[in-house]
Amino acid sequence: MAEVLFFVAALGAIAGAIGVVAIRNPFYSVLALVAHLLSLAALFLLLRAEFVAAAQVVVYAGAVMVLYVFVVAYIGGEDRPIGGPGPALPGLAPLFAVALFVELCVATLGSGLKAIDSEGAGYEPGFGSPAEIGELFLTRFLLPFEVASYLLLVAAVGGVILARRRRGLDPEADEAGGPPIAVGDLFRLGPEVGTQAESAGVVQDRRDRESRQKEEGW
Amino acid sequence: MAIGWYLAVSALIFSIGAAGVLVRRNPLVILLCLELMLNAANLALIAFARMHGSGDGQIFALIVMVVAACEVTIGLGLIVAIHRRRLPIDVDELRELRG
Repeated sequence: MAEVLFFVAALGAIAGAIGVVAIRNPFYSVLALVAHLLSLAALFLLLRAEFVAAAQVVVYAGAVMVLYVFVVAYIGGEDRPIGGPGPALPGLAPLFAVALFVELCVATLGSGLKAIDSEGAGYEPGFGSPAEIGELFLTRFLLPFEVASYLLLVAAVGGVILARRRRGLDPEADEAGGPPIAVGDLFRLGPEVGTQAESAGVVQDRRDRESRQKEEGW
Repeated sequence: MAIGWYLAVSALIFSIGAAGVLVRRNPLVILLCLELMLNAANLALIAFARMHGSGDGQIFALIVMVVAACEVTIGLGLIVAIHRRRLPIDVDELRELRG
């Protein structure tokens, strides 16, 4: 039974991976990645990693993929065909991939580890359960856990800074006319930056009006 | 199933992802291929955790998922910023830094 499940899940994962690379429409690529992630979660379950499988489905296939779908819907457009005009690299890529695969197989399967041919060591009843993962995170791996939370905070702030609207709702103002993104932006933000008033253009309108009044000598 | 089978699947997915990074030109799809490579690494980590019967590899896999989420946030933020400036969404065109 486990063998059948393994082959079904592995074929699903590999087919999903090929779909991500081969499909031209980015939207269908994202859907192929969702299928790939779900198959991978089944493989995790076969390896007795219950919590990681659940996190994979909820966090990855749920939240992160929704983010991708939103950005694809916002940007849209199709990719140019694979192997079209451009640098000669695409011709070499399959060769590189095959070489990498052979190399990885030699590195892992040829490593001489005896346990690779076994089904794995014995494990205690709670192996991979949320209780064990939580205990490890709060005892042996407390520092990586805290560092990961800081990393998430930094990434969230960075994402907002990168993607925020700078000049309000005027579409032409966004067009290459805005100031470039710089680290210095972080240090000279006024009190209104990042508020809803800025994104609706209220702040910019007021600045324009004030500079006009100054020019007219009020 | 022997652990070696999982490692072979992981190696195959990693190679497919690496080929995708080289072949595709849309930065969005390149990010998707990076996800493939990170997930292949996760599969190998969890297979080794099963091999040793200890939970450390699973912790490592969870941390990799956190890093992947951060990478997605920043990458998608960059892509949205590129789109806002009406630049082409194509890594071959975006080579201003190449000199």
